[in-house]
Amino acid sequence: MSAADWLAVWLTAKLAGLTTLLLLLLGTPLAWWLARTRSRIKPLASALVAMPLVLPPTVLGFYGLLLMGPQGPVGQFTQAMGWGRLPFTFSGLVVASVIYSMPFVVQPLQQAFEAIPERLLEAAATLRAGPLDRFFSVALPLARPGLLTAAVLGFAHTVGEFGVVMMIGGNLPGQTRVLSVALYEHVEAGELADAHRLAAGMLVFALVVLLALQALRRRMDGEARVQP
Amino acid sequence: MAFTLTDFKLWRSLASCWLASMALATQAADVQVAVAANFAGPMVPLAERFAASTGHQLKVSIGATGKFAAQIAAGAPFEVLLSADDTTPRKLVEQGLAVPGTAFAYATGQLVLWSPQAGVVDDQGKVLSEGRFAHLALANPKLAPYGQAAMQTLQAMGLADKLAPKLVLGDSVAQTWQFVATGNAELGFVALSQVQVPGKPLAGSMWVVPARLHSAIRQDAVLLKTGEKNPAAQAWLAFLKSAEAKAVIQTWGYTP
Repeated sequence: MSAADWLAVWLTAKLAGLTTLLLLLLGTPLAWWLARTRSRIKPLASALVAMPLVLPPTVLGFYGLLLMGPQGPVGQFTQAMGWGRLPFTFSGLVVASVIYSMPFVVQPLQQAFEAIPERLLEAAATLRAGPLDRFFSVALPLARPGLLTAAVLGFAHTVGEFGVVMMIGGNLPGQTRVLSVALYEHVEAGELADAHRLAAGMLVFALVVLLALQALRRRMDGEARVQP
Repeated sequence: MAFTLTDFKLWRSLASCWLASMALATQAADVQVAVAANFAGPMVPLAERFAASTGHQLKVSIGATGKFAAQIAAGAPFEVLLSADDTTPRKLVEQGLAVPGTAFAYATGQLVLWSPQAGVVDDQGKVLSEGRFAHLALANPKLAPYGQAAMQTLQAMGLADKLAPKLVLGDSVAQTWQFVATGNAELGFVALSQVQVPGKPLAGSMWVVPARLHSAIRQDAVLLKTGEKNPAAQAWLAFLKSAEAKAVIQTWGYTP
């Protein structure tokens, strides 16, 4: 594999890792709120989180270009803050990926939180555990399988991102030329051997990740059952 | 409800519509045409005139030439390719995917440096050496002939290395235009036909890149194997060579 393709591998791992980390930080409180709230805006919030599941990535890419561009509100904001503009930058890809992969992290977390029986949290409350304490020592440990699923799916889905990156990336080596874009370029240029190396690698990666996830979840379920 | 599924009259009228369309189809046929992104503009009037004079309908797909070549190799149903270069049709003939002897130049492309803002690009292209911009967009030189010509231009001006960190690559000239039109790149190398629409004033500023700075963008059309037995496909290629078609192509800024 060429140095340029290894750079794309490294860039993709960096993008997916950073996106997953940010999504776990942002998505956990959001998922907790969605799982517990009786607010009237909950259906709207859930729908907004789920939007990237049903929208073509080109919709996100198109609005990304317009909103983050020099005339767009996001672009005006980032320029006013002295951060420059987001399209064609690694930061731009991170922002887009966080939105694009959001449902893959928030939904498993929300389901895990919803599965926690209310009475366990109430029991903790009667033992004078405050809300934060209840969250960190009861809810989060119980939601571990959901947390794992969220992290793995968030990472894998960001690795598989293409349409959005294609539209706002500009194919810059080391900045925005991620694996899927590098693969596309090889296919279009007729460099099929290079394309095969990347495509087969991603295929194996996805399979291994999903198999590992199942194995880990089985082990966690086993542990959960052993505990009284 | 006004109509039910057993409404005989409705079914009879639908059937007669279908029969009528079948009768038309025996005279007029469809042609699946793959068209290089830079030629999207002139394709609209050309397809209309072709349909008016022959009754044949063109089904046009716009995209990057390199992508079409890969798709044609994979059995895509295109019958004619209007390429952005002359090497792709030649390769398709060599691979046995296009009909030998049918390739011809339908247009020679004109590269321009363009900005949607007035006064950004001067008519000498000095803006490039001054370098007061964050991003310069061009089509990927590996994939798109216009990108190749743009890169040759930068090399001829001795600016390729200096500007390398500022280059953003579009998948085709169509995406390159989009980067520039949305203002995300201040300026970019696109096809004249994308920015100078006949009968409309130029939006922004441009520099028509002199032909000596890059090798000619000779655009060839070729009949693909899938279209060999479709008379409408051959009629379309013949139309493309006609004086009527050439006149349209010239008004869009191509030299024939």
